[in-house]
Amino acid sequence: MVTFEEIKKSFLACIWFMFLTFPIMVIRVNTVQNEIEWRWKNMILIGIASFILSFFWRNLFRQKIKKGKQKDPYENTEKISIFQKVLKEKKYYFPGTVALCFFVIGFPLLFSLYQINIMITALIYVMLGLGLNIVVGLAGLLDLGYVAFYAVGAYSYALLHYHFGIGFWIALPLGGLLSAFFGILLGYPVLRLRGDYLAIVTLGFGEIIRLILENWNEFSFGPSGIANIPRPGFFGIKMSLEGHTIYLYYLMILLVLFTIFVVNRLQNSRIGRAWIALREDEIACQAMGIDKAKTKLTAFALGATWAGMGGVIFAAKTTFINPASFTIWESIIILCIVVLGGMGSIFGVISGAMILILLPEYLRAFSEYRMLIFGVVLVVMMIFRPGGIIPDIRRAYKYKSKETH
Amino acid sequence: MLKLIDVQTHYGKIQALRDINIEIHQGEIITLIGANGAGKSTTLMTTCGIVPPSSGDILFNGKSIVHMNPNRIVAMGISQVPEGRHIFPYLSVKENLDMGAFLRDDTDQIRKDMNYVFEIFPILAERQHQQGGTLSGGEQQMLAISRALMAKPKLLLLDEPSLGLAPIIVRQIFDIIKKINQENNTTIFLVEQNANLALKVADRGYVMENGRITMTDSAGNLLANDDVRKAYLGI
Repeated sequence: MVTFEEIKKSFLACIWFMFLTFPIMVIRVNTVQNEIEWRWKNMILIGIASFILSFFWRNLFRQKIKKGKQKDPYENTEKISIFQKVLKEKKYYFPGTVALCFFVIGFPLLFSLYQINIMITALIYVMLGLGLNIVVGLAGLLDLGYVAFYAVGAYSYALLHYHFGIGFWIALPLGGLLSAFFGILLGYPVLRLRGDYLAIVTLGFGEIIRLILENWNEFSFGPSGIANIPRPGFFGIKMSLEGHTIYLYYLMILLVLFTIFVVNRLQNSRIGRAWIALREDEIACQAMGIDKAKTKLTAFALGATWAGMGGVIFAAKTTFINPASFTIWESIIILCIVVLGGMGSIFGVISGAMILILLPEYLRAFSEYRMLIFGVVLVVMMIFRPGGIIPDIRRAYKYKSKETH
Repeated sequence: MLKLIDVQTHYGKIQALRDINIEIHQGEIITLIGANGAGKSTTLMTTCGIVPPSSGDILFNGKSIVHMNPNRIVAMGISQVPEGRHIFPYLSVKENLDMGAFLRDDTDQIRKDMNYVFEIFPILAERQHQQGGTLSGGEQQMLAISRALMAKPKLLLLDEPSLGLAPIIVRQIFDIIKKINQENNTTIFLVEQNANLALKVADRGYVMENGRITMTDSAGNLLANDDVRKAYLGI
């Protein structure tokens, strides 16, 4: 039903937008001819567009509120997504898995080297997302400096190789361990912090690591970075570039599977429950006899471990690293992956990484509007699907299917 | 069982507790009453290690628990129901109870204990798959008490279980506190503003004012005491 009230509101929004965008969309100063060009047509277009958008927005919003009202608050009616339904039904589950397996295995044979490379990047982000998911999604500690651990991993491989000639396979666990160490190093002073304060400190930590790498020339070779980092070896067999890429792809698949396995186990373990308790209520968590300090530190350390391993792989993939790859922007992308995908949900994080990394690659034509689309998607998401694309299953139905006793 | 000896606690420079001496025996219900800001909650926080005392000693079954981590104190058998309930809002009732048994490994016994709390609070059994945050205030308090019971405590610390609840629910909860005490021989340390009800279920009581214990006696005597009646019972 369209009311006059709504048209009025949309109209006001449209006027406001025309006013707001007036300086950039209408006035153009031609500095060559020293004259001002008035582009009134733009103003009308913006007016129409914002009117329509605002109208639809309001409508969507109203429907959402209506839907919310219909829900029975006493029943756990959190909506189960189609994806979760598919997961539940054995009928779809098995063929789905098989098809996915074939696709994953056959991917390098079907697609070009360029596509494989993009996929490897996406898989690295899946790993990073799953790692950050431990810290943000499970333990509820907002970490904006996650990229620091990624950098630690990448630089530990690069430097260990440069100075000691250490290979990929030794550097992988070492990079993870070093990052875990840095995770604890960061975790220790922020044990008492929570929420906004924690976010700011971690943000600072991320920048500190980047700035150190950029300015400590003797140690990290500064902005010029480190080149000639070897790709991962396979029992000393020499491979072509294509062979290397395909090999790295399969390696990444294995590592992602390993990550999923470990994160899944962690989630259902005692420490996973402690993380969830910590996320939900710190005071209650202490009253339950959970060691708060230990829980927080393990979350930071384990989250950082995956970032470190991701960093080692990143260094091995690109064979060249410099501090420019580890800006705050990376942290934000990884955080977006977790939030967009669904905090605490493994499948959510995977789909989030795929969407956020693959889509921009394939939509290069719109690359100018990437940030705009990003922002819009996040805002729309937070309003209509606050739990993420595939929300944490635990909340939705985990205990529903279980028998009561 | 629990003995606080000359305990002093500071928040920064502010002294919250002055020379607190409290003794609780096995199987008793002890209540600590007092006005807002008297230091009742701090006494509990200090007992369970969240706010460590600046001086004095706390003995639990003869062993000093001062400067022990809160988690170790819980492991020794002191369980706390925090003020304002603090249930896990996004976990189901059952998961909340599971969290209470965090430090325990005996799965069968945990299940039995869960059935026991469902028995004393049947409403929780009905609501076991519902998120904790969707429960009403009274139900949340029941959940908080049940969750503490899941740790199988020897000593249960209750911080203002009547906070923000309707009188009829408060009475119900106090009846159950009494029941828990009688059935399991769980010692209970009850901090309350609702002095009248607290003194009715308790064996002994302590009265607190400005961080000091000003009076201690059997609950019956305190109820009859003129000063207490004037200050806390409004009679």
